[in-house]
Amino acid sequence: MNPYLAGVILGLVLLLSFYLTGRGLGASGAMKSVVVTTVETVAHTKAEESGFYGKYIANGQNPMNSWLVFQVLGVVVGGFISGAVSGRLSLKTEHSPNITKKRRIVMAILGGALFGFGSQFGRGCTSGAALSGMATLSLAGFVTMVAIFGTAYVFAYFFRKNWI
Amino acid sequence: MGPVIPIYEISQELNFLIAFIIGIGFGFALEQAGFSSSRKLAGMFYGYDTTVLKVFFTAALVAMIGILFLNYFEMLDTSIIYVNEYFINSAIIGGVIMGIGFIVGGFCPGTSVCAAAIGKLDALAYLGGSLLGIFIFGETYPFWIDIYMKNYLGGIKLSTTIGISDGLLVLLVIIAAVIMFWVGEWAEKKFKRPDITKEL
Repeated sequence: MNPYLAGVILGLVLLLSFYLTGRGLGASGAMKSVVVTTVETVAHTKAEESGFYGKYIANGQNPMNSWLVFQVLGVVVGGFISGAVSGRLSLKTEHSPNITKKRRIVMAILGGALFGFGSQFGRGCTSGAALSGMATLSLAGFVTMVAIFGTAYVFAYFFRKNWI
Repeated sequence: MGPVIPIYEISQELNFLIAFIIGIGFGFALEQAGFSSSRKLAGMFYGYDTTVLKVFFTAALVAMIGILFLNYFEMLDTSIIYVNEYFINSAIIGGVIMGIGFIVGGFCPGTSVCAAAIGKLDALAYLGGSLLGIFIFGETYPFWIDIYMKNYLGGIKLSTTIGISDGLLVLLVIIAAVIMFWVGEWAEKKFKRPDITKEL
Protein backbone atom coordinates (compact mmCIF):
# COMPACT_ATOMS: atom_id res chain seq x y z
CA MET A 1 0.00 0.00 0.00
CA ASN A 2 1.10 3.58 -0.61
CA PRO A 3 2.87 4.63 2.63
CA TYR A 4 1.07 7.99 2.87
CA LEU A 5 -2.30 6.22 2.55
CA ALA A 6 -1.26 3.65 5.19
CA GLY A 7 -0.23 6.58 7.40
CA VAL A 8 -3.66 8.20 6.99
CA ILE A 9 -5.39 4.93 7.99
CA LEU A 10 -3.07 4.53 10.99
CA GLY A 11 -3.71 8.15 11.98
CA LEU A 12 -7.49 7.66 11.78
CA VAL A 13 -7.26 4.53 13.97
CA LEU A 14 -5.22 6.54 16.48
CA LEU A 15 -7.74 9.41 16.37
CA LEU A 16 -10.62 6.96 16.88
CA SER A 17 -8.82 5.58 19.92
CA PHE A 18 -8.52 9.08 21.42
CA TYR A 19 -12.15 9.89 20.61
CA LEU A 20 -13.48 6.70 22.17
CA THR A 21 -11.12 6.12 25.09
CA GLY A 22 -9.22 9.36 25.67
CA ARG A 23 -5.91 7.49 25.20
CA GLY A 24 -3.77 6.50 22.24
CA LEU A 25 -2.37 3.17 21.05
CA GLY A 26 0.28 1.00 22.70
CA ALA A 27 2.27 -2.20 22.51
CA SER A 28 4.95 -2.50 25.21
CA GLY A 29 2.32 -2.04 27.95
CA ALA A 30 0.70 -5.35 26.98
CA MET A 31 4.10 -7.08 27.06
CA LYS A 32 4.62 -5.70 30.55
CA SER A 33 1.31 -7.33 31.56
CA VAL A 34 2.63 -10.68 30.30
CA VAL A 35 5.88 -10.28 32.29
CA VAL A 36 4.06 -9.19 35.47
CA THR A 37 1.65 -12.15 35.19
CA THR A 38 4.53 -14.59 34.71
CA VAL A 39 6.49 -13.25 37.68
CA GLU A 40 3.36 -13.24 39.85
CA THR A 41 2.60 -16.87 38.97
CA VAL A 42 6.14 -18.05 39.70
CA ALA A 43 6.89 -15.90 42.75
CA HIS A 44 3.73 -14.31 44.14
CA THR A 45 5.10 -12.75 47.34
CA LYS A 46 8.14 -11.34 45.60
CA ALA A 47 5.96 -9.72 42.93
CA GLU A 48 3.68 -8.18 45.56
CA GLU A 49 6.60 -6.62 47.39
CA SER A 50 8.30 -5.26 44.26
CA GLY A 51 7.93 -1.57 43.50
CA PHE A 52 7.69 -2.39 39.79
CA TYR A 53 5.35 -5.42 39.64
CA GLY A 54 3.43 -4.63 42.82
CA LYS A 55 1.31 -1.78 41.50
CA TYR A 56 -0.20 -3.96 38.74
CA ILE A 57 -1.38 -6.73 41.08
CA ALA A 58 -2.43 -4.69 44.12
CA ASN A 59 -5.92 -5.50 45.52
CA GLY A 60 -6.03 -8.77 43.60
CA GLN A 61 -6.31 -7.18 40.16
CA ASN A 62 -5.30 -9.22 37.14
CA PRO A 63 -2.68 -7.51 34.94
CA MET A 64 -4.01 -9.34 31.86
CA ASN A 65 -7.35 -7.59 32.36
CA SER A 66 -6.10 -4.47 30.66
CA TRP A 67 -7.17 -2.41 27.68
CA LEU A 68 -3.75 -2.73 26.01
CA VAL A 69 -3.69 -6.54 26.24
CA PHE A 70 -6.95 -6.73 24.25
CA GLN A 71 -5.71 -4.07 21.84
CA VAL A 72 -2.50 -6.04 21.13
CA LEU A 73 -4.54 -9.25 20.60
CA GLY A 74 -6.36 -7.20 17.97
CA VAL A 75 -3.01 -6.25 16.38
CA VAL A 76 -2.23 -9.96 15.94
CA VAL A 77 -5.56 -10.52 14.19
CA GLY A 78 -5.34 -7.32 12.11
CA GLY A 79 -1.79 -8.07 11.01
CA PHE A 80 -2.79 -11.63 10.08
CA ILE A 81 -5.80 -10.44 8.04
CA SER A 82 -3.64 -7.90 6.18
CA GLY A 83 -0.96 -10.53 5.49
CA ALA A 84 -3.61 -12.95 4.22
CA VAL A 85 -5.21 -10.33 1.96
CA SER A 86 -1.84 -9.34 0.48
CA GLY A 87 -0.47 -12.90 0.22
CA ARG A 88 2.36 -12.39 2.72
CA LEU A 89 1.70 -15.27 5.12
CA SER A 90 4.78 -17.50 5.36
CA LEU A 91 7.11 -18.83 8.02
CA LYS A 92 10.52 -17.28 7.41
CA THR A 93 13.48 -15.49 8.95
CA GLU A 94 14.18 -12.31 7.04
CA HIS A 95 17.84 -11.32 6.97
CA SER A 96 20.51 -9.65 4.85
CA PRO A 97 22.48 -12.09 2.65
CA ASN A 98 25.63 -10.86 4.46
CA ILE A 99 24.64 -12.50 7.73
CA THR A 100 23.49 -15.96 8.75
CA LYS A 101 20.00 -16.85 9.94
CA LYS A 102 21.41 -17.62 13.39
CA ARG A 103 23.05 -14.21 13.68
CA ARG A 104 19.79 -12.52 12.68
CA ILE A 105 17.88 -14.37 15.42
CA VAL A 106 20.54 -13.50 18.04
CA MET A 107 20.46 -9.83 17.01
CA ALA A 108 16.64 -9.85 17.10
CA ILE A 109 16.62 -11.18 20.69
CA LEU A 110 19.29 -8.67 21.72
CA GLY A 111 17.53 -5.75 20.04
CA GLY A 112 14.20 -6.81 21.53
CA ALA A 113 15.73 -6.98 25.01
CA LEU A 114 17.19 -3.47 24.65
CA PHE A 115 13.92 -2.07 23.30
CA GLY A 116 11.90 -3.81 26.03
CA PHE A 117 14.20 -2.45 28.74
CA GLY A 118 14.18 1.03 27.19
CA SER A 119 10.39 1.06 26.84
CA GLN A 120 10.05 0.64 30.61
CA PHE A 121 12.64 3.30 31.31
CA GLY A 122 10.96 5.70 28.87
CA ARG A 123 7.36 4.87 29.96
CA GLY A 124 6.26 3.61 26.54
CA CYS A 125 7.55 2.61 23.11
CA THR A 126 7.21 3.99 19.59
CA SER A 127 3.40 3.55 19.74
CA GLY A 128 2.53 4.65 23.26
CA ALA A 129 5.20 7.26 23.93
CA ALA A 130 6.32 8.60 20.54
CA LEU A 131 3.28 8.33 18.20
CA SER A 132 0.41 8.72 20.69
CA GLY A 133 2.47 11.24 22.67
CA MET A 134 3.04 13.41 19.61
CA ALA A 135 -0.66 13.28 18.70
CA THR A 136 -1.49 15.07 21.95
CA LEU A 137 1.46 17.46 21.39
CA SER A 138 3.07 16.19 24.62
CA LEU A 139 6.67 17.23 25.20
CA ALA A 140 7.44 13.66 26.34
CA GLY A 141 6.23 12.34 22.96
CA PHE A 142 8.46 14.66 20.93
CA VAL A 143 11.52 14.04 23.13
CA THR A 144 11.08 10.24 23.03
CA MET A 145 10.59 10.29 19.24
CA VAL A 146 13.77 12.34 18.67
CA ALA A 147 15.73 10.15 21.12
CA ILE A 148 14.64 6.86 19.47
CA PHE A 149 15.13 7.86 15.82
CA GLY A 150 18.15 10.09 16.48
CA THR A 151 20.01 7.33 18.34
CA ALA A 152 19.17 4.76 15.67
CA TYR A 153 20.69 7.08 13.02
CA VAL A 154 23.84 7.59 15.13
CA PHE A 155 24.36 3.83 15.54
CA ALA A 156 23.19 2.82 12.03
CA TYR A 157 26.72 2.89 10.60
CA PHE A 158 28.00 0.25 13.06
CA PHE A 159 25.21 -2.20 12.25
CA ARG A 160 25.01 -1.66 8.47
CA LYS A 161 26.16 -5.18 7.64
CA ASN A 162 23.06 -6.59 9.30
CA TRP A 163 20.74 -4.79 6.92
CA ILE A 164 22.42 -3.87 3.60
CA MET B 1 -18.94 14.62 23.16
CA GLY B 2 -15.78 12.55 23.43
CA PRO B 3 -13.83 10.85 24.83
CA VAL B 4 -16.82 8.51 24.93
CA ILE B 5 -15.75 5.81 27.40
CA PRO B 6 -14.52 8.00 30.31
CA ILE B 7 -17.55 10.31 30.02
CA TYR B 8 -20.34 7.73 29.64
CA GLU B 9 -18.78 5.07 31.92
CA ILE B 10 -19.14 2.17 29.49
CA SER B 11 -18.91 -1.41 30.84
CA GLN B 12 -15.53 -3.13 30.97
CA GLU B 13 -16.59 -5.89 28.56
CA LEU B 14 -17.59 -3.39 25.87
CA ASN B 15 -14.43 -1.39 26.57
CA PHE B 16 -12.26 -4.48 25.91
CA LEU B 17 -14.23 -5.29 22.75
CA ILE B 18 -13.52 -1.75 21.51
CA ALA B 19 -9.82 -2.28 22.40
CA PHE B 20 -9.78 -5.47 20.35
CA ILE B 21 -11.43 -3.81 17.31
CA ILE B 22 -9.12 -0.77 17.46
CA GLY B 23 -6.20 -3.22 17.69
CA ILE B 24 -7.36 -4.96 14.50
CA GLY B 25 -7.30 -1.60 12.72
CA PHE B 26 -3.86 -0.83 14.20
CA GLY B 27 -2.39 -4.20 13.13
CA PHE B 28 -3.96 -4.00 9.67
CA ALA B 29 -2.56 -0.49 9.07
CA LEU B 30 0.94 -1.47 10.29
CA GLU B 31 1.06 -4.58 8.10
CA GLN B 32 -0.32 -2.79 5.02
CA ALA B 33 2.34 -0.11 5.52
CA GLY B 34 4.98 -2.83 5.16
CA PHE B 35 6.04 -2.73 8.82
CA SER B 36 6.13 -6.52 9.01
CA SER B 37 9.56 -6.43 7.32
CA SER B 38 12.61 -5.59 9.43
CA ARG B 39 14.76 -4.74 6.39
CA LYS B 40 12.12 -2.29 5.24
CA LEU B 41 11.96 -0.70 8.72
CA ALA B 42 15.77 -0.47 8.94
CA GLY B 43 15.83 1.07 5.44
CA MET B 44 14.93 4.40 6.97
CA PHE B 45 18.35 4.61 8.64
CA TYR B 46 20.23 3.93 5.39
CA GLY B 47 17.93 5.89 3.07
CA TYR B 48 16.97 3.06 0.69
CA ASP B 49 13.42 2.89 2.09
CA THR B 50 11.87 5.72 4.07
CA THR B 51 8.41 4.18 4.57
CA VAL B 52 8.75 4.50 8.37
CA LEU B 53 9.21 8.26 8.13
CA LYS B 54 6.25 8.68 5.77
CA VAL B 55 3.82 6.46 7.69
CA PHE B 56 4.85 7.66 11.15
CA PHE B 57 4.60 11.38 10.43
CA THR B 58 1.46 11.09 8.28
CA ALA B 59 -0.26 9.17 11.09
CA ALA B 60 0.93 11.60 13.78
CA LEU B 61 -0.29 14.57 11.71
CA VAL B 62 -3.70 13.05 10.96
CA ALA B 63 -4.26 12.37 14.68
CA MET B 64 -2.85 15.77 15.75
CA ILE B 65 -5.01 17.73 13.29
CA GLY B 66 -8.00 15.51 14.10
CA ILE B 67 -7.72 16.15 17.84
CA LEU B 68 -7.31 19.88 17.20
CA PHE B 69 -10.46 20.05 15.03
CA LEU B 70 -12.58 17.75 17.23
CA ASN B 71 -11.71 20.03 20.13
CA TYR B 72 -12.53 23.12 18.08
CA PHE B 73 -15.98 21.75 17.14
CA GLU B 74 -16.51 20.76 20.79
CA MET B 75 -16.71 17.04 19.98
CA LEU B 76 -13.72 16.08 22.12
CA ASP B 77 -12.81 17.41 25.55
CA THR B 78 -9.02 17.56 25.27
CA SER B 79 -8.68 18.55 28.93
CA ILE B 80 -9.39 14.92 29.93
CA ILE B 81 -7.43 13.04 27.25
CA TYR B 82 -4.16 11.49 28.39
CA VAL B 83 -1.07 13.64 27.77
CA ASN B 84 2.12 11.65 28.42
CA GLU B 85 3.89 12.63 31.61
CA TYR B 86 7.36 13.99 31.13
CA PHE B 87 10.29 12.90 33.28
CA ILE B 88 13.29 14.54 31.59
CA ASN B 89 15.99 11.97 32.43
CA SER B 90 14.05 8.75 31.92
CA ALA B 91 12.43 9.87 28.64
CA ILE B 92 15.85 10.60 27.12
CA ILE B 93 17.66 7.55 28.55
CA GLY B 94 14.75 5.25 27.62
CA GLY B 95 14.59 6.72 24.11
CA VAL B 96 18.34 6.25 23.54
CA ILE B 97 18.21 2.59 24.68
CA MET B 98 15.17 2.01 22.44
CA GLY B 99 17.00 3.62 19.51
CA ILE B 100 19.90 1.16 19.87
CA GLY B 101 17.39 -1.68 20.20
CA PHE B 102 15.71 -0.53 16.99
CA ILE B 103 18.87 -0.62 14.83
CA VAL B 104 20.08 -3.90 16.42
CA GLY B 105 16.74 -5.74 16.31
CA GLY B 106 15.01 -4.10 13.34
CA PHE B 107 11.60 -3.82 14.98
CA CYS B 108 9.81 -1.93 17.71
CA PRO B 109 7.34 -3.80 19.96
CA GLY B 110 4.19 -2.99 17.91
CA THR B 111 5.72 -3.87 14.54
CA SER B 112 7.20 -7.11 15.95
CA VAL B 113 3.72 -8.30 17.00
CA CYS B 114 2.42 -7.48 13.54
CA ALA B 115 5.36 -9.26 11.78
CA ALA B 116 5.08 -12.32 14.05
CA ALA B 117 1.38 -12.51 13.07
CA ILE B 118 2.32 -13.15 9.42
CA GLY B 119 4.96 -15.74 10.33
CA LYS B 120 8.27 -13.85 10.65
CA LEU B 121 10.42 -15.94 12.98
CA ASP B 122 12.91 -13.10 13.61
CA ALA B 123 9.94 -11.06 14.90
CA LEU B 124 9.00 -13.87 17.26
CA ALA B 125 12.60 -13.91 18.57
CA TYR B 126 12.43 -10.13 18.99
CA LEU B 127 9.18 -10.48 20.97
CA GLY B 128 10.83 -13.00 23.29
CA GLY B 129 13.74 -10.57 23.70
CA SER B 130 11.34 -7.73 24.58
CA LEU B 131 9.76 -9.77 27.37
CA LEU B 132 13.27 -10.54 28.64
CA GLY B 133 14.20 -6.84 28.56
CA ILE B 134 11.08 -5.83 30.49
CA PHE B 135 11.81 -8.60 33.03
CA ILE B 136 15.40 -7.34 33.46
CA PHE B 137 14.07 -3.83 34.09
CA GLY B 138 11.57 -5.21 36.63
CA GLU B 139 14.30 -7.14 38.45
CA THR B 140 16.74 -4.21 38.53
CA TYR B 141 14.06 -1.56 39.22
CA PRO B 142 15.49 -0.51 42.64
CA PHE B 143 18.75 0.53 40.89
CA TRP B 144 16.94 2.87 38.48
CA ILE B 145 14.15 4.28 40.63
CA ASP B 146 15.98 7.52 41.47
CA ILE B 147 16.80 8.45 37.90
CA TYR B 148 13.44 7.02 36.71
CA MET B 149 11.55 9.50 38.90
CA LYS B 150 13.91 12.47 38.52
CA ASN B 151 12.90 15.86 37.06
CA TYR B 152 9.16 15.36 36.75
CA LEU B 153 7.39 18.01 34.70
CA GLY B 154 3.91 16.41 34.49
CA GLY B 155 1.74 16.05 31.38
CA ILE B 156 3.21 19.09 29.70
CA LYS B 157 2.74 20.02 26.04
CA LEU B 158 5.53 21.11 23.68
CA SER B 159 3.41 24.12 22.67
CA THR B 160 3.21 25.26 26.31
CA THR B 161 6.96 24.76 26.80
CA ILE B 162 7.93 26.98 23.89
CA GLY B 163 5.02 29.38 24.47
CA ILE B 164 3.05 29.08 21.23
CA SER B 165 -0.53 28.01 20.49
CA ASP B 166 -1.37 24.36 19.70
CA GLY B 167 -2.47 25.39 16.20
CA LEU B 168 0.82 27.10 15.40
CA LEU B 169 2.79 24.08 16.66
CA VAL B 170 0.76 21.75 14.42
CA LEU B 171 1.42 24.07 11.46
CA LEU B 172 5.17 23.95 12.21
CA VAL B 173 5.06 20.13 12.43
CA ILE B 174 3.23 20.02 9.06
CA ILE B 175 5.96 22.17 7.47
CA ALA B 176 8.71 20.03 9.05
CA ALA B 177 6.98 16.84 7.84
CA VAL B 178 6.67 18.11 4.25
CA ILE B 179 10.41 18.93 4.22
CA MET B 180 11.23 15.49 5.67
CA PHE B 181 8.98 13.76 3.10
CA TRP B 182 10.82 15.61 0.35
CA VAL B 183 14.21 14.55 1.79
CA GLY B 184 12.87 10.98 2.15
CA GLU B 185 11.81 10.79 -1.52
CA TRP B 186 15.21 12.20 -2.53
CA ALA B 187 17.07 9.69 -0.31
CA GLU B 188 15.17 6.74 -1.78
CA LYS B 189 16.50 7.70 -5.24
CA LYS B 190 20.03 8.50 -4.07
CA PHE B 191 20.56 5.42 -1.84
CA LYS B 192 18.30 3.04 -3.76
CA ARG B 193 18.94 -0.67 -3.38
CA PRO B 194 16.75 -2.40 -5.98
CA ASP B 195 18.04 -5.79 -4.76
CA ILE B 196 16.56 -5.16 -1.30
CA THR B 197 13.39 -3.28 -2.19
CA LYS B 198 12.43 -5.88 -4.81
CA GLU B 199 12.30 -8.73 -2.31
CA LEU B 200 10.38 -6.79 0.35
